[in-house]
Amino acid sequence: MSQDDKKPPMPTGATGLGERPRRKSILDRHQILERNATLLLVFSFLVVTIGGLVQITPLFYLENTIEEVEGVRPYSPLELAGRDIYLREGCYVCHSQMIRPMRDEVERYGHYSLAAESMYDHPFQWGSKRTGPDLARVGGRYSDDWHLVHLRNPQAVVPESVMPKYDFLERTQIDGEYIGELLATHRFVGVPYTDEMIENARADFMAQADPDSDFDGVLERYPGAQVRNFDGQPGVSEADALIAYMQMLGTLVDFSTFVADASR
Amino acid sequence: MAQYVKLIALGLITLAAAIAANYGRDLSYQVHAVLIMLIAGALFLYEVRRTDEPVLATPQNEYLDSVVRAGVIATAFWGIAGFLVGVLIAFQLAFPVLNFDWSEGYANFGRLRPLHTSAVIFAFGGNALIASSFFIVQRTCAARLWGGNLAWFVFWGFQLFIVLAATGYLLGGTQSKEYAEPEWYIDIWLTIVWVAFLAVFLGTIIKRKEPHIYVANWFLLSFIVTVAMLHLVNNISIPVSIFGSKSVQLFAGVQDAMVQWWYGHNAVGFFLTAGFLGMMYYFVPKQADRPVFSYKLSIIHFWALIFLYIWAGPHHLHYTALPDWASTLGMVFSIILWMPSWGGMINGLMTLQGAWDKLRTDPVLRMMVTSLAFYGMSTFEGPMMSIRAVNSLSHYTDWTIGHVHSGALGWNGLITFGALYYLTPVLWKREGLYSLKLVSWHFWLATIGIVLYAASMWVTGIMEGLMWREVDANGFLVNAFADTVSAKFPMYVVRGLGGVLFLAGALVMCYNLWMTVKAAPAKAPLPTAVPAE
Repeated sequence: MSQDDKKPPMPTGATGLGERPRRKSILDRHQILERNATLLLVFSFLVVTIGGLVQITPLFYLENTIEEVEGVRPYSPLELAGRDIYLREGCYVCHSQMIRPMRDEVERYGHYSLAAESMYDHPFQWGSKRTGPDLARVGGRYSDDWHLVHLRNPQAVVPESVMPKYDFLERTQIDGEYIGELLATHRFVGVPYTDEMIENARADFMAQADPDSDFDGVLERYPGAQVRNFDGQPGVSEADALIAYMQMLGTLVDFSTFVADASR
Repeated sequence: MAQYVKLIALGLITLAAAIAANYGRDLSYQVHAVLIMLIAGALFLYEVRRTDEPVLATPQNEYLDSVVRAGVIATAFWGIAGFLVGVLIAFQLAFPVLNFDWSEGYANFGRLRPLHTSAVIFAFGGNALIASSFFIVQRTCAARLWGGNLAWFVFWGFQLFIVLAATGYLLGGTQSKEYAEPEWYIDIWLTIVWVAFLAVFLGTIIKRKEPHIYVANWFLLSFIVTVAMLHLVNNISIPVSIFGSKSVQLFAGVQDAMVQWWYGHNAVGFFLTAGFLGMMYYFVPKQADRPVFSYKLSIIHFWALIFLYIWAGPHHLHYTALPDWASTLGMVFSIILWMPSWGGMINGLMTLQGAWDKLRTDPVLRMMVTSLAFYGMSTFEGPMMSIRAVNSLSHYTDWTIGHVHSGALGWNGLITFGALYYLTPVLWKREGLYSLKLVSWHFWLATIGIVLYAASMWVTGIMEGLMWREVDANGFLVNAFADTVSAKFPMYVVRGLGGVLFLAGALVMCYNLWMTVKAAPAKAPLPTAVPAE
């Protein structure tokens, strides 16, 4: 400050600031914003956009954001319907689908989750809380019967559980009337459903829950899809769809052949 | 002429809603269509009856306080509703039998928890913010609210948003993005209401009579603008059909996670922090009868806070499939954020300089000061939890829940209660509150409730985090997941009791405010009218 005082005053024309006093601090300049509502609005809006732009936009073009993995495919119609039930009931409130690369988590739940495994999840279901265990790789861990009994009365199979009952799911029949439109909407936002998949959506929906049907098309279009009567009862119920979804979670990538990228 | 346009619009909305109800594909959508049809139809009839009636001129030289009074009532009402659901779901986690068989499919924990979070954040907090911003902007600008009855549209429009969102959750209409669960048509409606809110607020600032825009208004303005941005980006989704509530998010997987937590963390940062700091900057100096401690500090911490907060989102995604560079950025900015947060706390607390003795006699001021203390505590805890190593333990556990509640109950709750205690006598022109003793009761019930809540969640959070990672000498996991669930039971009961105390305190407040309006002596009118314009 004291050095500043000794300098000769700068010619006013050189600074471009006209007759403005030289020693005005930035806090004095702030008065401009305090006296103009539009400027305050515009300036604060600009300030709050920066962080989001820097953090979000690169995720759409940096190639190593999502690793290339074999096996990940769009959900089959029945699995997608089950996923919508998962969303509707708020399962994400208590169950995460994101295994972190830590010793205990890998021991307990399996290989850590890859970005590619949720690349067709609109919206993502990583969750934020584990009141119940992680479900990212629950597929194939329990039998369909176990799931059915567990949904009916969780405390019957896990006495310590605090999970609510969901026995209405097996009583609620669904017919997949709008399943083709649902697939088409997912295609609109970028999931690679083919015309053939959308045309056959309803037939595939019914066939996947009926092992007596002609289900070759389902397996062809959705490799690795499991065709079973999940709830053991005639017709397609919400429990069929939900169990079909849970039984495929985390099963698409073959980790015996997977090689992780170096640090991302 | 405007009357006829309004009538035609209302008639068309009624008709469209009737058609939508007829073709609706799911229960949530159908119920909402019927609700909108009934409301628009009733408004239509009301407007028809009013046609060609002489319109009473509104006095332009007075503040528009009726809408603020309505906001105070709505804040108290939704507060009780939100706390009640909170207490219920807290006990559901301790006693799953409270997921009643008769309400199964509508009131299971998974559907009630979004109802609780939306009710307390958006219904209770949102109404508190709208009411107090309408109050503050008029006083600090010496101007009546801009836009005539537009402020009433904002109020009722927001209530409709709350009712649609809440019933939607119960009936299964959700897009499953935390704190942004309402489906597409509710999001569109909220956007309309929010733009009207911005117009009223900004319009009032523009026609102000004070040369300066007061610091509270900077915070409130940035809160309104930023929430608009967050809401629009995070809710981009494509409806499967215009006759159904189901929509599909535009973003997927890792990008969706980043956008969601950019939104989610700044719902905290701007809705629950910047907006409430705006409230703090008006009500604390008023109640303490002292000017704000430091003008320079308020400038610095305002710009630092709004710039830094927006970066903090990725700390919700440590060790996930989000690239490391993003979560590192989130962690670094979260730690820096500690400073501007405490800048706000210091500015608020030091405003009491020379008035600390009032804490002994004024329980309302005590409540506000305690809220600032909780703000300081949770804005220290937050940056600490955003550190990767700490987060590896705390993430997915109840510690996060405890952290959120020490901020929400302690900071947002107590500062709102303080504001309601300040506003009620002023708005209903009373000499003072009905009973300061009851305010003291409320203060202690709420504070003990929060302490029980936060302490029990620290215990369960750290305990379950440690139990999950515990391995024995041979490298095997020691605890099954179910073991951690049963170990948490006693603390879940303590947490529920903390919630009961907090709710009881809020009920005491409602009684006190009600009696203030009903029974407290009216304030003698000022000898001369003070014109607003």
